Amino acid sequence: MTEPGGPSARPRARRTARSGTERAGRISAPGALAAGDVGVLSPDLNESLTDLAARYGLRPSAERPSPPRYVRELWQRRHFMLAFATAQNIAMYTNAKLGQLWQVLTPLLNVAVYWLIFGKILDTSRGIPDYIPFLVVGVFVFNFTQRSFISTSKVITDSLPLIRALQFPRAALPLAYVLIELQQMLIASVVMFVIILVSGEPITWYWLLFIPALLLQALFNAGIGMFVARVGAQLNDFSQLLPFLLRTWMYMSGVLFSLLTLAERGFRHPLIVKLLYINPAAIYITLIRLALLQKQRESAPGAAPYNKALCAKWPDVTINGVTHNYLYNSKYCMPVISPDLNWPLAAGWAVVAIVVGFFFFWRAETRYGRG
Amino acid sequence: MAEPLVIVDDLHIVYKVYGAGGDRGTAATVLLRMIGRKTRGNIREVHAVRGLSFVANRGDAIGIIGRNGSGKSTLLRAIAGLLPPEKGNVYTNSQASLLGVNAALLDELTGERNVVLGCLAMGMSRAEVKAKYQDIVGFSGVGDFIDLPMKTYSAGMGSRLRFAIAASKTHEVLLIDEALATGDAEFRVKSHNRIEELRAAAGAVFLVAHELEEIELTCNRVIWMERGKIVTEGYDVITIVDQYIEASGGEPVLRDPVTRRRIKTSSMETAGA
Repeated sequence: MTEPGGPSARPRARRTARSGTERAGRISAPGALAAGDVGVLSPDLNESLTDLAARYGLRPSAERPSPPRYVRELWQRRHFMLAFATAQNIAMYTNAKLGQLWQVLTPLLNVAVYWLIFGKILDTSRGIPDYIPFLVVGVFVFNFTQRSFISTSKVITDSLPLIRALQFPRAALPLAYVLIELQQMLIASVVMFVIILVSGEPITWYWLLFIPALLLQALFNAGIGMFVARVGAQLNDFSQLLPFLLRTWMYMSGVLFSLLTLAERGFRHPLIVKLLYINPAAIYITLIRLALLQKQRESAPGAAPYNKALCAKWPDVTINGVTHNYLYNSKYCMPVISPDLNWPLAAGWAVVAIVVGFFFFWRAETRYGRG
Repeated sequence: MAEPLVIVDDLHIVYKVYGAGGDRGTAATVLLRMIGRKTRGNIREVHAVRGLSFVANRGDAIGIIGRNGSGKSTLLRAIAGLLPPEKGNVYTNSQASLLGVNAALLDELTGERNVVLGCLAMGMSRAEVKAKYQDIVGFSGVGDFIDLPMKTYSAGMGSRLRFAIAASKTHEVLLIDEALATGDAEFRVKSHNRIEELRAAAGAVFLVAHELEEIELTCNRVIWMERGKIVTEGYDVITIVDQYIEASGGEPVLRDPVTRRRIKTSSMETAGA
C-alpha cells in the first residue's frame, strides 16, 4: 500500500481486456465478499479475481520489482550484506586449527609456489626487475578476482535455506560474497605491503593510487559476481568448469610473467597482445603494480621518449656472479596501449561489469531458490 | 470489512523433475544424448497444484490439511513467490514470509548471528534488531545455546529459533509449514499465542500441519486439499476436520456436544494451558 500507483496498476492494465465488460457496477460491492461467505470466491462470483486483486492493489507474488525499486531494496539491506560478510568470514575458518591465520597463509603459500616454479625452476623472471614484488602483486590482485568468481558461482546453492526462508533481494548475496573477498583482500594486502617493503621498495605517494585501483577492481568483481551467481545457479556444471577458465585467464593476464615480454620479444600477433593488455584482470594488475612498484613505473614503456635502438637492447646486469638480461630499457619502447588509457579502461570495465551483471542477475530474480 | 490480502486465481504449479529415470549421471547416457542431439531426457512433470482459487482476507488464519503430497507445501511456496505459476496467479499486497521446517538459516553461525542476520534480511534496521533481540531470544527459549553454532541445536531448538525470528516482525502474510511440529508442549502454547497476536495485528496466517488439533485451535478457516485440488473449504473448521478424519479412515474425535472442543484423553492433558 505504500507503493505509488505505478507497479500496482500494471496487472489491471494487462487484464482488463479479458473481463472489462462485466466490471461496471460491481466496483462498489466489497462488502458482498464478507456477507456470510463460505470462503470460496471462485471467478464466477461478482467479479473476476484478477479484477479484485487490481482493485485492492495486490500484485503477483512472483513478480520482479522494477530495477530502481530493486536498487532501493538492495540499499536498504546494506547492513545485512555487511553483517553477512563479516559473519561468513568468521565462520569460514572455524573448522581450521589455524583459524583466521589462513587468510594470510593461503596467499603466502601461493606466492611461494609460483616463485619456486616460475622464478627459480623455469626462470620466467628473466627480464623483470625485482621479480618477487612483481609476482606478489600479480598473485594477490588476481587472487581477489579469482576468489570472487569461485565463491559467487556457488552463492545461490550455498544460501538455499536462507533464500527459501526469507524474502530479500537476492543480489544481496553475491554482493555480500564479494564484500567477504574484499575484506580478505584487505588483510592480504597487509602481507603484500610487508613483502614489498622487505624487498626494498620505497614508499611513495604513488601508493595512494592503490586505493582507487582496488575499489574499481572490487566494483568489477561485484558486477561479474552477480553475473556468475546466476550462471552458477542455473548451470550446475559451471562450477566444475570454472577453475580451468580461471587458470587460463591467469596465464593470459601477466600474473607470472610480464606481458611486455610478449610485446617486445617476437610474439607476432600484435592484436592478441593488445587484447591481453586490455583484459580487465591485466588492467587492474598493471595499475596496482605501477602504483606500488617503482621499477615497474620507471621501466614502463612510454616513460622515456621512444627510441627504437635502445628499446631493442636488453642490458645485461650481473647479480651475484650471474648475468641477467633485463627489460630495463623497455621505457624507450612504444607502449602497446597508451598508459593514459589505463584508468579509463579500469573504470570502464567496472561500469560495464556492474551494469551487465546487475541486469543479468535481476532478470532471473524470481527463479532463484527453486527446485 | 473483508479486505483480501491473498488472492489465488486458478493456480497451477508444475514441477519439472530431471532425470526421473535415474540414469541421468552415467557417462554413457550423457554421451548418447550429445550424439543424438536430444534435449535432456527423462523430464517428468509433476502437476502439484491444479487450478486452485480462493481469497484470504485480513484476519484469516487458514489451516491447510490433506495427505502427504497433496500440494500443501507447494501452495505455500507459491504464495511466498518462490515458485512461478504454470498458469493462473497469486496476488499479495506484500511479500509473504514462509516459515518451514527446512528453513535453516546458516548452520555454521551462532544463534546470535542468525538472529541478527535474519532480522536484517527481513529489512529491519540495526536499531530495530537491537530492540527486538532480547525478545526473540527469550521467546525461542534456546537459552545459553544462543552462543553456539546452529548446527549444534536439536531439531526442536532450531525450529523454535527460526519461528522466533520470523515471528518478530509483523508480517502481513505469514506462511507456516509444519514449523511448530518439533516444538515441545510449552513452546506450542507460546507459538499459538504468537500466531493469535499476528492474526490480531490484522494479517493473514496460513498454517500447514498434520497435527489437526493445532489447526482446530489456531485457525478460523480451513482448506482441505487432495491431489492439488480443493476438496472442501470453509469457516466451519471442526466439521471439515471431522470430514477429513472420516475420509482418511481415522478414529472419529470425541467432542464435547456443546463447545465442540475435543474431549481430552489422559495422554494429552499436558498439552493444555
